[in-house]
Amino acid sequence: MASIDYPLERPRPKEGEFSFSETLYRWVATVDHKRLGLMYIVTALLFLVIAGLMASVMRLQLAFPNNHVVGPETFNRLFTMHGTTMVFLVGMPFVAGLSNYLVPLMIGARDMAFPRLNAFGYWIFLFGGLLLYFSYIGGGGLSGHGSAPDVGWFAYAPLTSKAFSRGASTDFWILGILVAGIGSVASALNVIVTTICMRCPGMTLTRMPMFVWVMLIDSWLIIIALPPLTAAQVMLLIDRFLGGNFFNTQAGGSAVLWQHFFWIFGHPEVYILIFPAFAILSEVIPIFSRKPLFGRAAMVGAVVAIGFISLGVWAHHMFAVGMTSWSNTFFAASSMLVGIPTGIKIFNWTATMYGGKLRLDTPMLFCCAFLLQFLVAGLTGIMLAVSPFDWQLHDSYFVVGHFHFTLIGGLVFGLFAGMYYWFPKATGKLLCEKLGRWNFWLFVIGFETTFIPMHFLGILGMPRRIYTYAPDRGWDFWNLVSSLGVIAQAAAIALFIWNVIDSIRSGEKAGDDPWDGWTLEWATSSPPPEYNFEKLPVVRSSRPLWDLKHPHDPDWKFEQ
Amino acid sequence: MALLQGLGAALPEHRVANIFKPLATPAQSEYHIALLVLAITGAIFVVVAGLIVYTIWRFRRRPGDDAKQEPPQVYGSNQIEVAWTVIPILIVFVLIGVSARVIASVQNASPPPQMLKVTLIGHQWWWEVRYPDYGIVTANEIHVPTASATYLELQSADVIHSFWVPQLAGKTDLIPNRTNYSWIDPREPGVYFGNCAEYCGTQHANMLLRVVAQAPEDFKRWAAEQQKPAAENAAFQSLSCVSCHTIKGTPAKGKFGPDLTHLMSRRTLAAGAIANTAENLRQWVKDPQAAKPGSLMPSLQLTDQELGQVVNYLESLQ
Repeated sequence: MASIDYPLERPRPKEGEFSFSETLYRWVATVDHKRLGLMYIVTALLFLVIAGLMASVMRLQLAFPNNHVVGPETFNRLFTMHGTTMVFLVGMPFVAGLSNYLVPLMIGARDMAFPRLNAFGYWIFLFGGLLLYFSYIGGGGLSGHGSAPDVGWFAYAPLTSKAFSRGASTDFWILGILVAGIGSVASALNVIVTTICMRCPGMTLTRMPMFVWVMLIDSWLIIIALPPLTAAQVMLLIDRFLGGNFFNTQAGGSAVLWQHFFWIFGHPEVYILIFPAFAILSEVIPIFSRKPLFGRAAMVGAVVAIGFISLGVWAHHMFAVGMTSWSNTFFAASSMLVGIPTGIKIFNWTATMYGGKLRLDTPMLFCCAFLLQFLVAGLTGIMLAVSPFDWQLHDSYFVVGHFHFTLIGGLVFGLFAGMYYWFPKATGKLLCEKLGRWNFWLFVIGFETTFIPMHFLGILGMPRRIYTYAPDRGWDFWNLVSSLGVIAQAAAIALFIWNVIDSIRSGEKAGDDPWDGWTLEWATSSPPPEYNFEKLPVVRSSRPLWDLKHPHDPDWKFEQ
Repeated sequence: MALLQGLGAALPEHRVANIFKPLATPAQSEYHIALLVLAITGAIFVVVAGLIVYTIWRFRRRPGDDAKQEPPQVYGSNQIEVAWTVIPILIVFVLIGVSARVIASVQNASPPPQMLKVTLIGHQWWWEVRYPDYGIVTANEIHVPTASATYLELQSADVIHSFWVPQLAGKTDLIPNRTNYSWIDPREPGVYFGNCAEYCGTQHANMLLRVVAQAPEDFKRWAAEQQKPAAENAAFQSLSCVSCHTIKGTPAKGKFGPDLTHLMSRRTLAAGAIANTAENLRQWVKDPQAAKPGSLMPSLQLTDQELGQVVNYLESLQ
């Protein structure tokens, strides 16, 4: 008996010819979760390219000692904007875009719970991003000092006070991020309500796809973690405009207070960023191993545990501020605890692959690289959690290497896996597999070449955020190697963009279910119609399409 | 002058500040725990990466495989789940215990009674070094005796900076409105290099710090030299240099920039941005923004004659 009910003849979206202005109107005025999801993802990719170009300029400057590609002010703006962009304008919209596009499809819903809030979220996020970038023009303010913000993405007080940051650049940073954050919270709220209220008949929480589970927890984390940042930013605005002294050390304010506020947001934030990659891997690895996710319950539990523990580890960013030995021990211990659920996740993914039949297509290649790179990132994370070791490694290039292993080697590799995996669903075309492999290998080579040497630089005493260095400190060689890796990474991204454009124009037709998938999004057409499903599906297990394709061996026979 | 410069030149310079070549007790204890952590994480890496790579290799689809045939569907196993939860828990508890011990031993170490006290004050973008017991104020170089500990009081005049001389001690931040502490006890005479390790604005990159460790008798000689006041100079005092710089024994009592009383006894100018040579000094006074763009020292638009007078006087500040 088929446990899912959907029509064999699915209606296709109209192949109407629209004029440019009509097309534009259809995108701008849309409240369709799929269009908004794609808009989030395309915007994130644009910002990714911008932030990548900024990083390339920085690597060019650091390729040689005493280099003069850019001066100190420009360099400081570059790393501030690079970090801020990657976290708030690439990572966050990817969270929103992926969950927007996929959550309703995966739970068999017609749209998000609040379609208009959804559209509002996207536009307010975009406005925040543009506001931040407008600082390049408007950041001079009336006093003419500065352009883009140069206080770092962490904006430590009192460097952000009027005394040390004149002009309006810091205000653009505050307001741009604050406004973009409204979009993130709106979108997270929407995901939570959608997941809780709009699952199709039969989809209990235990049958919900792992992707949706992770995004649900991610959204909770966003709602918990972002308000402290917003509050701190409002306090900073009060300091800067209304003569408040929360963080103004010259009037008795506290510089450490800002760090607490920032990292109480900032550490959960890095998990907010990496969770989408967890979500993607938990879908892609089973499909390409042809086995269900090993230990589903443990996987959900691990994500909940990571989310929970992540709220209590923030001060491991502050081991050098002179906390008491008890505080240092507490935060070292709590940070190391994260390693346990993270380990469970890596083991379970590996166990999913064990005994399977691995189809090593591009999405799966990215997942395999993720596993190894994220393992390294996790282990260097353990090193940083050991606070005596961190007194040496903190704010050195080792840390830069570590978090790029998590956020590029982890998050971005995961996102690439996801984009190669769901591109056929969103466009109806397959991405070229040959170009995909080139993209993958170039990215791996470039990534390792750029970021492995950074660990060595940190060990050799190179601090972060320096725009230049002397030739006799032992840093020349590894910096040059690191910069060379950028070439391969840039080529990989360029290939990906070309692959996307070329495949949309003349790619192979994907069909509705190119990967032989098990979740509901593969049950509708590619691209899905505006209403997603003509009849709402009814599911009886966590792999509804498996049940459908294997009527003699369905999952619901084994699941409770 | 010959005596002082002779002392400095003879010292070995540790320019490559490798944290794995510690030369003082705090760095040494950090190094030891680092080795333990590296061994544990290294072992984990070998085992887990080995498993992942083996799994990918062993279970990859081969050309002859029947694409229609699905592998056995395994949903999980509570026993295995428990095993790979308990083992990491044990490892983590070992690491927590070891960390707690090292944290306590470094942070709660009681200083030896006859230690040297130094106050280190961070400025944008240079270090003020004060010896309260000796009445010495200098900049960007901390002279300390070997064979005994030096206790550092860390403060900041403006934004957050961070003290980091990797071969001697890990980081401790210099935070405005707060006093932090660190201590170092270099064992061998030498010049140890460090950088400001917390982003502090435009010239964070050129906020370099040197710790000059000397044999106790050499340190005493250095201190005695530094305690001497300098001679007055009418030309210098007529310029606005004095509003930012102090020269002991003269009316120059500015507090904003580094104390220049014994400028020529230092190895560098502008907190390590350039070497302290006659030519560099001249260029620096003429246009500080060329060597260290963004530096808070303005170009005073001195005439050639004034420049010559200032540089001549500064060169006399041995």
